[in-house]
Amino acid sequence: MTEAVTRRATLLGAGATAGSLLFAGGGARAQGKPTELKIGITTFLSGSASVFGVPARQAAELLFEELNKAGGVGGVPVRPIFVDEAPGTDHLVGEYRRLVQNEGVQLIFASISSGSCLACTPLSDEMKKTTILWDCGTQRIFEEGRHPYAFRTQGYGTPEVLAPLLYLLKHKPDFRSIAVINQDYAWGRDSWELWKTAMDVLKPGVRVVAEMFPRFGATDYSTEVTRLLAARPDVILSTSWGGDLVTLIRQSSERRLFDRSTFVLPVSEPSLPTLGRTMAAGHIIGTRGDHWNNHPSPKDPARLKRFVDAYRARYNEYPIYPCHHMAQAISAMQAAYAKAIAAKGGGWPNDAELAAAFRGLTFDTPTSSITLREDGQGLEDQIVGLSSFNETYPFAVPKDMILFPAALVSTPVGQKSVDWLKTLTPDFLTRIPAPIAG
Amino acid sequence: MGTWLAENSLLLGLALLDGLANAALVFMVAVGLNLVFGVLRIVNVAHGSLFAIGAYTAASIGLFFAAQGLPSWMGYAALVLAAVAVGAVLGPLIERLLLRRIYGHEDVLQLLVTFALFMILEDVQKLVWGVQPISQDAPLRLLGTVDIPFGEDVIPFTAYQLFVLPGIAVATLIGLAWFLRRTLTGRVIVAVTTDKEAATAMGIDAARITLLTFSFGAGLAALGGALASPTLALVPGIGAQTIVLSFAVVATAGLGQIEGAALTALLIGLGRSIAVYFAPEFEVVVPYLIMVAVLLVRPQGLFGVIETRRV
Repeated sequence: MTEAVTRRATLLGAGATAGSLLFAGGGARAQGKPTELKIGITTFLSGSASVFGVPARQAAELLFEELNKAGGVGGVPVRPIFVDEAPGTDHLVGEYRRLVQNEGVQLIFASISSGSCLACTPLSDEMKKTTILWDCGTQRIFEEGRHPYAFRTQGYGTPEVLAPLLYLLKHKPDFRSIAVINQDYAWGRDSWELWKTAMDVLKPGVRVVAEMFPRFGATDYSTEVTRLLAARPDVILSTSWGGDLVTLIRQSSERRLFDRSTFVLPVSEPSLPTLGRTMAAGHIIGTRGDHWNNHPSPKDPARLKRFVDAYRARYNEYPIYPCHHMAQAISAMQAAYAKAIAAKGGGWPNDAELAAAFRGLTFDTPTSSITLREDGQGLEDQIVGLSSFNETYPFAVPKDMILFPAALVSTPVGQKSVDWLKTLTPDFLTRIPAPIAG
Repeated sequence: MGTWLAENSLLLGLALLDGLANAALVFMVAVGLNLVFGVLRIVNVAHGSLFAIGAYTAASIGLFFAAQGLPSWMGYAALVLAAVAVGAVLGPLIERLLLRRIYGHEDVLQLLVTFALFMILEDVQKLVWGVQPISQDAPLRLLGTVDIPFGEDVIPFTAYQLFVLPGIAVATLIGLAWFLRRTLTGRVIVAVTTDKEAATAMGIDAARITLLTFSFGAGLAALGGALASPTLALVPGIGAQTIVLSFAVVATAGLGQIEGAALTALLIGLGRSIAVYFAPEFEVVVPYLIMVAVLLVRPQGLFGVIETRRV
């Protein structure tokens, strides 16, 4: 028996050694400066979520072109390889492996869908490939496991829901009833759970008059709008986005629902250019971050203007938040490579050295600085405001903005969001910054 | 039950109004699919793309008219123009170049070919119109809203939703029934549907009839999309949503049955509306629950007839 185990162990050891040699070969190639830096980028290129995915790809193409003109990363030109995440997670998992094993990418940017990110992060552990979660928002990724090679370069669901709730509690503290109408998928359900948990402790006793989760990609909300008109809630929450949100807002506007209830729309920014003046003034709007075109005090106004102008010049539309999230991921990548190359005395980092450079990294965006915590989660400020119109933009932009510092509205490391939200008390409201006039 | 009905009669009234508009749109798309299947015996997955292209075309024409400063009522002309353009251009192209080659082939091949066409047309939409939502609601705003009493309150409905959509659906149903039963061309179509070989033997140009019917069905799908366009935001994927629901209607109605499509669309429209009020979690499955319930009792569909198998 012992002999058999020993033989098996010997065989396994030989196999492992052969495998290590193969991988060492790849590693050795990776450690020398490559002729190009290949980056796999998963995004929605088809289906209804392509309203986010295609603009993000456009932003990536624009920024990589600029980056390559400026000499690339550490003198190495960058080549993005885009993969459509619309066919689903099974397909994406296969594509992730293909990108790493066949294409030899050094880095992966994944993904818009939370389901995609939940599928990709275990692969980053297994394949030891640094993976930037560039847009997905689920809080589960870093709260339910450790992922040494995964980093999220923007905020996530909890601050993106808590900040609008806090804004509502400041702006309209006397509301007594609420209705929710979210898309029927993970984000729609999770965001309502986060909102309800926080609302129940920060303002107990609010009556929920309707909970509706129409199917993702619904093309008609007229019945839901009728029900909301009949229920007359003080507040209507919708974390919906894309065509679903545009249809909901248009049908609500046509039937004067905005006159009866205050809307809270945490993910509305990308839809506002499409809606133009159809969007009503005086309702609470968010952008999954702080990157509004009329940010009251961006860290680098010239860089923000340069990016917005370049994007508009090429694509004839304003960049929306997935474009900014893509830009953040690229900034983080540049900063991490610079840090890793410096730490290695000018040498090209391997996978482990690159991942180590990401941990605790602080990088600049046009509007602020983002720090990646020890668990890999980025701390991105949130700006929420009231929809308003001015001479500069042909669509609604926020006024009376509140800038919520990321640390204030993010779940502390090691805790789960729902558990943390339950510990909040009404005193928490005293810590909310004052609105910025304008 | 009586008490529940009394307590919720006002809400049921609202659900009825919503359901009628919903049913009208479902009918407009499904009837085209049903007609095409009846004559061509092809389950056309690309029907959803024709709906989407009709909607996009109507919005584009409407936006063009608005940019030219034309009066708002021209928005309605845009809806009709879009349906005619899609039916007259895409219909013959698809039938002549693609479908004609697969008549009489296995069902699975027909499904694969029309699904491939659907995928191609989805990408064509993205190439032409991009991925950001497009909307054009001039026809809807032109007519304004109607306040429906609701206890001491009022509920605003758009006149477009209350009158235009159901009105056009009813007119289409009556017009189509009249056309198929009272005109020579309609009777020829029915003859080809009933027995293509016999009709051909009688001197009917079946190839011309299939071309005409497919183009007409494509136009109906496009008209459904055009009519829906003022109420919704056009984004990639709307065709897929539509085709799934249309298949449910056609299967429930009985393949090739126009009145059946109307009744089924009404059942589904009302069922979905009532679900939104009283059991919103079931709204998505209502069409399929209705379909399963009907097919369990009548496998040939509500209005379908049992056909003897030809050996």
